[in-house]
Amino acid sequence: MATEKQITKIGNDFFKTRFVAHHFATADQEFDACKFGMWMFLLTEIMLFGGLFVAWVVYRLWYPETFKHCATIMDWKLGLVNTCILIVSSLTMSLAIRAVKMSDKKTAVKMLLATVLCGAGFLIVKYFEYAHKFHLGIFPGENFSFDGAHYSNAHIFFSLYFVMTATHVLHVIIGMTAILWCSYRASRGHFYKDYYTPVELTGMYWHLVELIWIFLFPMFYLIK
Amino acid sequence: MSTHDTHHADTGVNYLNASKGIGNWLLTLDHKRIGLMYLWSVMFFLLVGGTFALLIRLQLAFPGHGFLPQTAEGKNMYNEFFTLHGVIMVFLVIIPGIPAALGNFFLPLQLGAKDVAFPKLNLASFYLYWIGAIMAIVAILGGNLGWWGRLDTGWTFYTSYSLTTSGPVILAVSAAFILGFSSIFTGLNFVATIHKMRCPGMGWYRMPLFLWAVYATAIIQVLATPVLGITLLLLIMERCDIIHIFNPAKGGDPILFQHFFWFYSHPAVYIMILPGMGVISEIISAQSKKVIFGYKAIANSSIAIAVISFVVWGHHMFMSGQTTYAGAVFSFLTFAVAIPTAIKVCNWVATLYQGSISLDTPMLYALSFLFLFTIGGLTGIPLATLSTDIVFHDTYYVVAHFHYVMFGGTIIAFFAGLHYWWPKMFGRMYNEFIAKCCCLTIFVGFNLCFFTQFFLGFAGFPRRYYSYGVDHELGDVWRTMSGFSSIGAMILGFGVLVSFVNLIVAVYTGKKASDNPWGGTTLEWTAATPPPTLNFDHDVSIDRDPYIYGKNTGHH
Ligand SMILES: [Cu+2]
Repeated sequence: MATEKQITKIGNDFFKTRFVAHHFATADQEFDACKFGMWMFLLTEIMLFGGLFVAWVVYRLWYPETFKHCATIMDWKLGLVNTCILIVSSLTMSLAIRAVKMSDKKTAVKMLLATVLCGAGFLIVKYFEYAHKFHLGIFPGENFSFDGAHYSNAHIFFSLYFVMTATHVLHVIIGMTAILWCSYRASRGHFYKDYYTPVELTGMYWHLVELIWIFLFPMFYLIK
Repeated sequence: MSTHDTHHADTGVNYLNASKGIGNWLLTLDHKRIGLMYLWSVMFFLLVGGTFALLIRLQLAFPGHGFLPQTAEGKNMYNEFFTLHGVIMVFLVIIPGIPAALGNFFLPLQLGAKDVAFPKLNLASFYLYWIGAIMAIVAILGGNLGWWGRLDTGWTFYTSYSLTTSGPVILAVSAAFILGFSSIFTGLNFVATIHKMRCPGMGWYRMPLFLWAVYATAIIQVLATPVLGITLLLLIMERCDIIHIFNPAKGGDPILFQHFFWFYSHPAVYIMILPGMGVISEIISAQSKKVIFGYKAIANSSIAIAVISFVVWGHHMFMSGQTTYAGAVFSFLTFAVAIPTAIKVCNWVATLYQGSISLDTPMLYALSFLFLFTIGGLTGIPLATLSTDIVFHDTYYVVAHFHYVMFGGTIIAFFAGLHYWWPKMFGRMYNEFIAKCCCLTIFVGFNLCFFTQFFLGFAGFPRRYYSYGVDHELGDVWRTMSGFSSIGAMILGFGVLVSFVNLIVAVYTGKKASDNPWGGTTLEWTAATPPPTLNFDHDVSIDRDPYIYGKNTGHH
């Protein structure tokens, strides 16, 4: 990697010139390899959540009545709000990538921050949902003390609910951190039309996080 | 013959001496140095894991109580020996052995690339490997020192026992989780490298077969390991009572755990054997001076094995309360794996046919592999068959079969690869005579150690027992075969130790090796010996097949 700092001027903005890492032949090869690596990583994420989805299918077949009943305890309106929030955030993320491709520093930073805000909104709604459940005595595992579920093994439904949504929330938080870091670097002029790999990869990750929620929402809120 | 000697500017600078100091090694991003650090770690753990195996064989050498006291304490120590042997050999030696050590070193060289796609991730994998290793060993040794209960779950961590035992399940499971991530990152790195960093002109069917094998392995690592990851996380949470999912007392399904576990752990045995098959393909072609027979068949069978490996996991659960129908389907699918495997073996033998075979050390190991791996594979068929499996289940027959595949297959291939590539890695030649003697010793010791165990299995000798009496109608078989097996183990251990010493001595005092001692035609032999930090001193491109023995090369 070249050590000298060089500046690229595009329009009225200045950007830090990016050099190709030593082991790649061209910038295109580097970009393709990184993107391909990200696809592989997303595959591992899908397999990881895949295990949980299989567990959900198995227990839904074991305890269909319980699952139907527990879904009525969930507030589908809050779930829908969160679904909308994440869809909007996917849009802002895509706009951010479009902006860095056009070397539009200002819009890129704005859109990235908007995405983070959406993520925060999602977390706030989730917080109220969790708090309400705990209030009712719906804890995963040992402390489950909800007496409104008249079906056996309701705690299995909620074990799955908490594990899957909490794993998802963890991914949201990781995604928000990555986007914040991207927006910081974007504001410093690190990304422009010739180099925006981190923004592109973070975007891919964020879309997957959104996609997983699109599956979680009907599984726990809608299918009755 | 095409030992085209590319002339290298002999500057005396190579990856080994390019920068000095322990810090430069520990923070290196050079795939060759990372490969070497893996290699030393794997060789170290092989000796440690082997020592525990010898202690097991020592205990079982004679009927009666062996050298451990006939107390609860003695029995626990025995359990610990074989848990340590199993965990170290599986997670720290066999899984990373060929791909992370030899693969790291030779994958970019064979591709004509300067490094793997993500050098920092590569280094991170190495450190995750050590963190996982230390956690696993602390978990097991801590039980020995009385810090917590002993880890007595075996390496499978089956529920519900793993939910109730006092052993350090959470620590051990976290270690497996971290080792899993190390494996995922290595696999991801290799897949991306093979897809995106092949030198100009190297189409998929111009890749050396070692790379096809590593590629198939990496695909399994990427796809199967995350399932183990989430399973282990669920187990940790269930053990902390945060959730209920596998505990039958709480409406959960312990069999689901076994399904998840084997969904990873069966493909994992192909993570262990596929890279070894790749090494053998390289050596058999190079040392019989013949283009590999059925290149495409061998390449595609690697992928076929990877694909089929995902749908056979149920053969570990024939005795676990799975339905007979599921058992029959899994049994049938397991037979199907024999097809691509047999394709490989037949092609290797066909390559040898009418080749001009040079019986150098790598070739001797490769021939041992053919012999031992075939026995290992064929003896697996009765275990995949429902009715016979019920008889052999949990006897020494399983132990013998498993070791024929894992040692006779993977470790022998690892040794073959070490002796094949050592001159390229260090620029020094080992003592051929000693190496050949070691190969012979290992071969004899191995067969004595494990062939006898088939007979033990037939005689119903159970796995995992720490002592045995002989007042059984088959007691004589037990005594004789256990004794021979233990003698074989000692011979085997001796052979392994001496061959390591021989290799390490060569690094310091061996005579200088040429760039291409075996006349190989894959790209790593065109690099200087040892290679410079960026692998090649010129831009690499290729316009030919990987194996071009006895043909006009058309190469620059
Ligand atoms: Cu298996």
